[in-house]
Amino acid sequence: MAASDTPTTAPDWPLAIYAALKAADVRQLCYVPDAGHSRLIRLAHDDPAIATTVLTTEEEGVALSAGAWLGGQRAVLLMQSSGVGNCVNMLSLLASCRFPFLTFVTMRGEWAEFNPWQVPMGKATQAAFEIMGVTVFRLERPEDAGELAAAAAKLAFDSDQPIAVLISQRMIGAKKWTEGK
Amino acid sequence: MTKSALDRRAVVQALLRDRGHLLVVSGLGSSSYDVFAAGDHPANFYLWGAMGGALMIGLGLALAQPSRPVVVITGDGEQLMGLGSLATSAAKKPNNLSVVVLDNAHFGETGMQMSHSGLGANLELMATGAGFPSVSTIADHATLDAFRPKLHDRAGPHFARVVISTDHVDRALPPRDGVFLKNRFRGHLGYPVS
Repeated sequence: MAASDTPTTAPDWPLAIYAALKAADVRQLCYVPDAGHSRLIRLAHDDPAIATTVLTTEEEGVALSAGAWLGGQRAVLLMQSSGVGNCVNMLSLLASCRFPFLTFVTMRGEWAEFNPWQVPMGKATQAAFEIMGVTVFRLERPEDAGELAAAAAKLAFDSDQPIAVLISQRMIGAKKWTEGK
Repeated sequence: MTKSALDRRAVVQALLRDRGHLLVVSGLGSSSYDVFAAGDHPANFYLWGAMGGALMIGLGLALAQPSRPVVVITGDGEQLMGLGSLATSAAKKPNNLSVVVLDNAHFGETGMQMSHSGLGANLELMATGAGFPSVSTIADHATLDAFRPKLHDRAGPHFARVVISTDHVDRALPPRDGVFLKNRFRGHLGYPVS
């Protein structure tokens, strides 16, 4: 990740997701950072009612979300598509115990990708979730972010379902590198 | 292991004596059997899978229940699979969280192959390096007794490695139904079944 990443967006979709998470009483947010999630991560850090946890690897967030639920709190995991494969085994925890789970995944390797190493996991992201029983939604338009996040949270926490929202690379904007000359 | 290494069942029984408000997460395999053998309790969450995830479940629980002490009781192999969770937990500094690693330096469930702990890895140094402010080595009952109050002292996070024997102990099998264990645990904390 480059420090200079500045995703270009049209409407304020991270704020819409944040508002939906607040309305759903999400109290823990964990993440492996991604430039596309940086605004939502900052919003959570600035909110004293949300405990933020930075992870060393994505599957930690699956287990953390389960622990939060055991303790009566709702958690959400933010990650990039490249980390979804790391989660496959830990996702069995959700199926074995029927834990609610909600993750927002910024996609790489699917739209105007410049890094070929991102493509294999990007292509496998949805399938990796689905083989483990996770329901996948795709967020393609920023104006849908709030409604989709609210529906996903309700399905996760009120119906005890594992839900992944894949945020399209086209919507986030292709990764921009700013190189000093 | 030396002959002086502790009996794992006696260790866990001593740790959980007069447990009060303690919430317990146990790592898959023998650690779950040990916790169950010490006395089944609705505030026990026994893992039968999710290897490497025990400490992260404990962290999520500790953050959600800051007024309750939380202990993760797991084995050397389980913790070795989730070494990053030492850094993640230490960075969060939950004062109500402890992790106790029962270390027999072997993968006891799978044929007693020697683990990294037996091959030179030092779990206390790893916990220290990850940022745990409180790191203990427990190799006798006096040290175990001195450590036990830390589980409740709200001055964590604490990390302890307990040197246990490889001697055989009988299996004591806790319930395997994860949905039951989840709902029982949440019910203990006052959350209704949805």
